[in-house]
Amino acid sequence: MREFLRKVVGIDPEKCAPEYRVGYPGKQRMLDLSHNVILYLDDISVSFDGFKALNKLTMAIDAGELRCIIGPNGAGKTTMMDVITGKTRPDSGTAFFGQSIDLTRLSEPEIAHAGVGRKFQKPTIFQQHSVFENLELAMKTDKRVRRSLLARLRDEERDRVADTLRQIRLDTEAERPAGLLSHGQKQWLEIGMLLVQEPQLLLLDEPVAGMTDDETMRTAELFVSLAGQHSLVVVEHDMAFIKELGGLVTVLHEGSVLAEGDLDTVQNDERVIEVYLGR
Amino acid sequence: MEKSFTLRVLKSLNRKSWLALGLFLAVTLVVVPVLHLLVPPESAFHVSAYAITLFGKIMCYAIVAVAMDLIWGYGGILSLGHGLFFALGGYAFGMYLMRQIGRDGSYQSDLPDFMVFLDWKKLPWYWSGSDSLWWVAFLVIVVPAIVAFIFGYFAFRSRIKGVYFSIITQALTYAAMLLFFRNETGFGGNNGFTDFKRILGYSITSPDMRLVLFGLTALMLAATLVFARWLVTSKFGRVLTAIRDAESRVMFIGYNPLWYKLFAWVISAILCGIAGALYVPQVGIINPSEMSPANSIEIAIWVAVGGRGTLIGPVIGASVVNLAKSWFTVSFPEYWLFFLGLLFILVTLLLPHGLVGLWKTLRQSRGPRT
Repeated sequence: MREFLRKVVGIDPEKCAPEYRVGYPGKQRMLDLSHNVILYLDDISVSFDGFKALNKLTMAIDAGELRCIIGPNGAGKTTMMDVITGKTRPDSGTAFFGQSIDLTRLSEPEIAHAGVGRKFQKPTIFQQHSVFENLELAMKTDKRVRRSLLARLRDEERDRVADTLRQIRLDTEAERPAGLLSHGQKQWLEIGMLLVQEPQLLLLDEPVAGMTDDETMRTAELFVSLAGQHSLVVVEHDMAFIKELGGLVTVLHEGSVLAEGDLDTVQNDERVIEVYLGR
Repeated sequence: MEKSFTLRVLKSLNRKSWLALGLFLAVTLVVVPVLHLLVPPESAFHVSAYAITLFGKIMCYAIVAVAMDLIWGYGGILSLGHGLFFALGGYAFGMYLMRQIGRDGSYQSDLPDFMVFLDWKKLPWYWSGSDSLWWVAFLVIVVPAIVAFIFGYFAFRSRIKGVYFSIITQALTYAAMLLFFRNETGFGGNNGFTDFKRILGYSITSPDMRLVLFGLTALMLAATLVFARWLVTSKFGRVLTAIRDAESRVMFIGYNPLWYKLFAWVISAILCGIAGALYVPQVGIINPSEMSPANSIEIAIWVAVGGRGTLIGPVIGASVVNLAKSWFTVSFPEYWLFFLGLLFILVTLLLPHGLVGLWKTLRQSRGPRT
């Protein structure tokens, strides 16, 4: 019967427990941070048609940490984020969020609800909706259908959106369709959507691509201020931005960790130089 | 302050829309009956039985078009199988109409004629209760809903999208058509149901009954529009359009698109079923050709012509195309399908937002209004 439910109907009976359901505010499992590790990737491999995108990747992110990930194209940075957010299932290995939540068994919305937020490489926002509505939809709340049918914004939620709009400097654009924003503003809007979602772990894929230097520096300031309360994993190519963030840097190469340390150490590592400058 | 639910429904339409809706109901519920019953047939103001049936039929199509628009215009899911839900509603109500014939059929039997012809001795189990209007009204809603739920659950869970989804819906309605063509299915085979006599004992061809059905259809269309308007202006509607525009983003902020799509899909199917049930007694026949793939494609054309993503667009599209159809099929019967194809090509190329989009562009190009 269990097998039938799992294979044919697609319901995992073990996942029918209330804490696994999407949109179950207040009753979701408390994130177990007893070993001070928020994300633990262990021995993860993913291959696409024989190409190993991730090859026995093992990595741990501490609670409150701000980690930068760099690596040449095809090193597996985006695939790693896909595995963490449930978009791609690994061929082997486990990804634990805290001590008790196995991300490889949850769906995308379940992972989002457990407290992982993700910003895509290409800004993905709701173009036809206004800036305000984009934030309204992203805000942490009960996201089941029956709640959405009757949902109305409470005053404190309205304030929360207004605060975030000021934080991402879009308070004058609140009623504009998001599709009309500049590229940098779209990036900020997506970051704002992450903030109102109140995730504990933020995954940011090239967050400052297409931003002006001034915008880049302001983004760095914002991220540094978020660290501690939240844990951040930032994938970037912009070394000046990474320097501004401080924090540990992990270098990925051919799907596994090549080097790890602060920016100076990593930049002077023989193998890293070889990978970046080519053979 | 929390506003009551009624107030929110009231506020989802602006004053002008309520006025237009009130005018529509006044015309369909008061003016048309008066012109039909009290004005003598030789007067120019007399509304003929033909006109009432034609407009009653078009209003049924308009309900289907709005239902289609909910799922296509707002949800981004193109169904080419909505004719199935329409036909299921029609067949469910048709069962009641067949039972109401009683012993007045050509074989003077308690069973519908086609069953006597097949030499069946008693009603199949799924016909039980079909002599009760309430049970049948329940079936009109529940049968399309269950079919839509089962199909939608598996399709959306497997993340079937775009043209693949459209093709599968075509196959679904085609398969159902073949099933209903079989005499053994128990729904009259390729002749379907016809020769209806009564509803609740009253003659189905009397002017009064015609006006009652016409008025009910008008009320249903108005209710559909208000409900759809409320739905698309709710947070649910915003999530639905967000799924249309960027589904992965919706998933990564914690909504499960499956249930949102499924809800809209089932609601859409139910509306089609109700429209089908109102259609059958007015037109006097239901047969498997209602499930033909071409019929379902035509529904999509109505919405495209009117303008998807607006609620008045589908109503306009369904009316314009069907008025053109009833004129064309009398004057140039061979050319109707060519005309329909041409219309679809022209609208896709020149009017991506349909007639409503054209109207908006024309108003804007007249310069800023004071």
